Amino acid sequence: MDVEIVVKLKKGLLNPEAKTIEKSLNLLGYKNVSDFDTKKVFLMKIDAKSAEEAGKQADEMCRRILVNPVIQEYEITVK
Amino acid sequence: MIGVLEFPGSNCDYDVLRALQDVVKTEARMVFFKNQDLSDLDGLVVPGGFSYGDHLRAGAIAAKMEVMDKVKVLAAQSKPVLGICNGFQILCESGLLPGALTRNTSMKFICKWVKLEVQNSTSAFTNLYKKGEIVNMPIAHGEGRYFCDDNTLKELKKNNQIAFAYNGENPNGSVENIAGVCNREGNVLGLMPHPERSSEKLLGGEDGRRIFEAMVNHIKSKK
Repeated sequence: MDVEIVVKLKKGLLNPEAKTIEKSLNLLGYKNVSDFDTKKVFLMKIDAKSAEEAGKQADEMCRRILVNPVIQEYEITVK
Repeated sequence: MIGVLEFPGSNCDYDVLRALQDVVKTEARMVFFKNQDLSDLDGLVVPGGFSYGDHLRAGAIAAKMEVMDKVKVLAAQSKPVLGICNGFQILCESGLLPGALTRNTSMKFICKWVKLEVQNSTSAFTNLYKKGEIVNMPIAHGEGRYFCDDNTLKELKKNNQIAFAYNGENPNGSVENIAGVCNREGNVLGLMPHPERSSEKLLGGEDGRRIFEAMVNHIKSKK
């Protein structure tokens, strides 16, 4: 199964990388750009019997190491 | 005996070992993360550096290594555990300390001396300082912006867990200028500044030395 995990900073948390990129876009003349954001995407293959099983395992990985719940939230897609 | 825990990418390990052995004259040894026997240790320092190349999140991978279960046992036995810089990030990621360290607001790696206000003068590491005392220590980090949610912050204040706060300027955007926090019991401390780099006059200052001295005193008082 192809599994995609999208990790992003929790709402309201400052994302300095996104702010810096947004500023640079504004400086390049794209003054109509706002709310710029960045996310992290993890891609992997999981050998599992069903999409549900793969999703469950991916969720376990997120809780164990891939995501820090203090600052981040995540979404899992199994294809 | 105090252990200095080494992960691949730790780079302040020998600085800490020197501060312990040569400056405060106590018994200390290196502990490689694969060595699971910590039974001879009275305390532990998780030094700074870039464990696992800071990949995923700073400290995240080291925090999940098996040896950290042993570190949690040491902490539960009221033995002092100190995390410096990357060590602080590891202790937060492992759940031994609340909160998280995130990218500096400026996006820059900052390496300079800063002023700190001592806010807790009762923990196993800070009881040789006076509350409100201003001390100097160097910082060197790219991900030192301390963050925690409002409830955690209230708890930290209520339980006197904010050990050090940046004074004058907040170099990284930390919430409430937080530079270091301890656990409720005061036997686990994490801080972004480097006390080992400010433990001798030759290094430009010796305000950090008292952290190690207090740690040694704490161990002696328990024996």
